[in-house]
Amino acid sequence: MSEIKTATVEVRLPSRMGFEKVAMSTAASVAKLMGFRDDRIEDLKTAVAEACINAIEHGNRLNEKLSVGVVLSAGVDSLEVKVIDDGKGMKTQPAKPDIDRKMHGEEDPRGMGMFLIQALVDEVEWVAGSDGKSSYVRLVIRLDKDAG
Amino acid sequence: MQSETKSRVDQLTSPAGHPVTVLRFEGDIASTSKDAVLGAYQALPKGAVKLILLDFSKVDYINSSGIALVIQLLIEAANSGQKVYAYGLSPHFTKVFTMVGITKYAGLFPSQAEALAAL
Repeated sequence: MSEIKTATVEVRLPSRMGFEKVAMSTAASVAKLMGFRDDRIEDLKTAVAEACINAIEHGNRLNEKLSVGVVLSAGVDSLEVKVIDDGKGMKTQPAKPDIDRKMHGEEDPRGMGMFLIQALVDEVEWVAGSDGKSSYVRLVIRLDKDAG
Repeated sequence: MQSETKSRVDQLTSPAGHPVTVLRFEGDIASTSKDAVLGAYQALPKGAVKLILLDFSKVDYINSSGIALVIQLLIEAANSGQKVYAYGLSPHFTKVFTMVGITKYAGLFPSQAEALAAL
């Protein structure tokens, strides 16, 4: 039921919390056009929202003079989302969150965004910009032709 | 851009006769929801409240900052000897709460009636 074979959609967001919802709904619209199941669209929405929140908060440090780029590339059987900011990118990836450690005050209750992204999409990579900025996270979610 | 989080408190009694305090949320649960989530919980009388039920049935969007607020609520409740349950999460957020381990510390139910019946 692919309405589109390949297409690219770009959105630029101000570095202000809440605007991740614009990227989230745009990604959901593209995924719906491509024929993704509703549950996978929900996975994508959370992953894209968390990637944008990281870009706004950590990459661009809430500097409203900087924007977050979101590039959605719809392929025949997968959707790639790049979320680009002006930060230096990730040097190390945080450890998987541990609810027991959080409940006992041994770990910050926050810090689950990257874990959620990894858990909800099929492929993810964090790429540091070679010039010390223009870093991005690249997510891929694939159409599951056998299901649904 | 984020829809304001509203919260209100209801007092119910379970079929087994236990008083249950229901915290009902509406809107987004995100970093801006601290007062509506933690503030509403902290305003409850500690000694009198033993069973807390979180109502997410009117919540459409929860992000990782919102999940962190729920975890902070669970930490404070555990430290006060209170038990916390929740209902009304969409299938997606039920999956997310399960993935991050919240279900280990807060039982999830599909509906208020099923939650109350278990308390």
